[in-house]
Amino acid sequence: MSTVTAKPEASREAASEKDKWLRAYRQMVRIRLFEEQVNELYTRALMPGLAHLYSGEEAVAVGICEALRIDDYITSTHRGHGHCLAKGASPDRMFAELLGKEAGYCRGKGGSMHIADPATGNLGANAIVGGSVGIATGAAFASKRLGNGRVAVCFFGEGALGQGSLYEVMNLAQLWKLPVIYVCENNLYNEYTHYSETTAGTILGRAAAFGIETAAADGQDVRAVNEVATRLVKRARAGEGPAFLQADTYRYSGHHVGDINREYYRSKTEEQRWKTDRDPIKLQSNWLIEQRYADAAALEQITMEARAEMEAAVKFAVTAPYPSVDQVDEDIYA
Amino acid sequence: MPERELTFAQAVREALAEEMRRDSSVCIFGEDVAEAGTPFKVLSGLVEEFGAERVLDTPISEAGFTGIGVGAAMTGLRPVVDIMFGDFLTLTMDQMVNQAAKAHYMSGGHWKVPMVLRTTLGATRRSAAQHSQSLHAWFSHVPGLKVVLPSTPYDAKGLLKTAIRDENPVVFFEDKMMYKLKGQVPADDYTIPLGVADVKREGDDITLVATSSMVQVALGAAVLLEKEGISAEVVDPRTTWPLDEKTILDSVKKTSRVIVMDEGYGRYGVAAELAAVIAEGAFYDLDAPVKRMGAMHVPIPFSPPLEDVTVPTEETVYKAAKEMCAKS
Ligand SMILES: Cc1ncc(C[n+]2csc(CCOP(=O)(O)OP(=O)(O)O)c2C)c(N)n1
Ligand SMILES: [Mg+2]
Repeated sequence: MSTVTAKPEASREAASEKDKWLRAYRQMVRIRLFEEQVNELYTRALMPGLAHLYSGEEAVAVGICEALRIDDYITSTHRGHGHCLAKGASPDRMFAELLGKEAGYCRGKGGSMHIADPATGNLGANAIVGGSVGIATGAAFASKRLGNGRVAVCFFGEGALGQGSLYEVMNLAQLWKLPVIYVCENNLYNEYTHYSETTAGTILGRAAAFGIETAAADGQDVRAVNEVATRLVKRARAGEGPAFLQADTYRYSGHHVGDINREYYRSKTEEQRWKTDRDPIKLQSNWLIEQRYADAAALEQITMEARAEMEAAVKFAVTAPYPSVDQVDEDIYA
Repeated sequence: MPERELTFAQAVREALAEEMRRDSSVCIFGEDVAEAGTPFKVLSGLVEEFGAERVLDTPISEAGFTGIGVGAAMTGLRPVVDIMFGDFLTLTMDQMVNQAAKAHYMSGGHWKVPMVLRTTLGATRRSAAQHSQSLHAWFSHVPGLKVVLPSTPYDAKGLLKTAIRDENPVVFFEDKMMYKLKGQVPADDYTIPLGVADVKREGDDITLVATSSMVQVALGAAVLLEKEGISAEVVDPRTTWPLDEKTILDSVKKTSRVIVMDEGYGRYGVAAELAAVIAEGAFYDLDAPVKRMGAMHVPIPFSPPLEDVTVPTEETVYKAAKEMCAKS
């Protein structure tokens, strides 16, 4: 009897494993291709303002968000396109926002650094470094108080470790056992300065000082990130309190698209090494093929679909109208 | 002394370099100020000349390093603290308002805080609500702080040198959009006193009192008005505190009409204060009510067509001035 039932279960599990990791792959590819379009829009002077690309860091957002429910909360950063997409935002309305169009997630008022989407639990990207640590922790406080089982994930770059308010809220989160996960995306640079010049001691030591559960993950390995995230989310949901995850990663482009001559702060060799040896999409595709979950053609198919999706989304945004000028003083007060 | 054309950014850099050569207690710290020379490249070359002991990159810790600036200023240094975007001033408020501004008074005059906080203001860079604000009114409100708003390369150099030599905390606002503006700047060591307004253009029919980014807008509007036969005088207070009330009032008494322009919010803002000063000091000389023009009272939106209507332009100032002159 047991042998009879075990077999289909195992294969069902394998099937869901396969789907899960193919989905993670697809999500990373979508983010990469979204950012390629952003780069294109920006260099063609179609996109106003600044563009901070997430390329290279996809496994962090995807690994984490794949461990979340749609109604769980996230807060994001100036480098936030990947977080928004991974949490479920749709690229057409994102591009529309990036171009300041009315169809955008914020009716054009926010732009690249401020995408917010209640439908996917996205409390908003933030252009103040560390600006959302309070918001994420507050959302966790409300979840606990309201008993809705939601977890809040606070994404920030290692540069936000410089902000004192992070330490104030981590202390409170631990005292009050709040379901919040602080995700530090350590891409090694605060703008144009290596983090070792701005960060004393260790990253995890800071959270550990409050007795917060800490973990580190290879931020280029979507499965590794997801495994840790799944554990931390489960803990948080079970009322066991906050956690702090350090994900080591790398941004492929400049701090923003205009940051082109950057050899004074990091070498081309370093950039190349990450791109060839540590690319999250390549690593995942190799693994999928190794596991026989997909062949090269199937993965290429995913890329083609994602590319078509992004192209259509850009087209939608480019042709979408700007908000009418009389909307400028709408939404100041609720 | 020879004059050369410098950009606003070059003038700021030259003022810093000259003061650092003159006085070894002057040092700079802030985010990406050393090798990167700030994202606006205003400080390029300073770390190469003065070394990493005097030009220091900080973590993204505005409250912390501003506080260090206050303490270091009290104990023998003259720090020039760099706050990249004026929007991040909110993070320095306790250090500036409760500490720097009050240390001298609260100590009965014992302690001094000779520091400069350099920062930026201004919208229209498509940077959205958290990177576009002009928050100089907040600091102008607080006794103990001085606030400087240069509008030309010449003023930037002369005023910054004075600010560095001042014995008090000075907040120095640079318009991000102005960094590439060119103007004549003497190569020698000159200073401009704080609290002395500058008449940027003489005229008889209307006064445009304009600060920082609005000075160029006022000058542009004055050219448009001239074509209509309206002669506009442009007065730049250059510092909101100390404030040169006399130059402003003299101009208003002469022209009898005035528009006050400032890129901060008009409500409870610098424009509001200047309007009150004029109403108190020149009410009986006015032929029309004082008009304020400033940022629309909204968070600055990202979308270009929306952002464009939030700040006064040559065109809107021209229209308002023309209307005011026609009425009376
Ligand atoms: C409070 C504050 N200070 C400074 C800045 C300017 N700034 C924008 S991004 C950035 C670097 C952020 O580095 P990190 O947090 O590591 O994020 P990354 O860009 O590497 O993703 C800085 C200094 C800001 N936006 N907010
Ligand atoms: Mg970083």
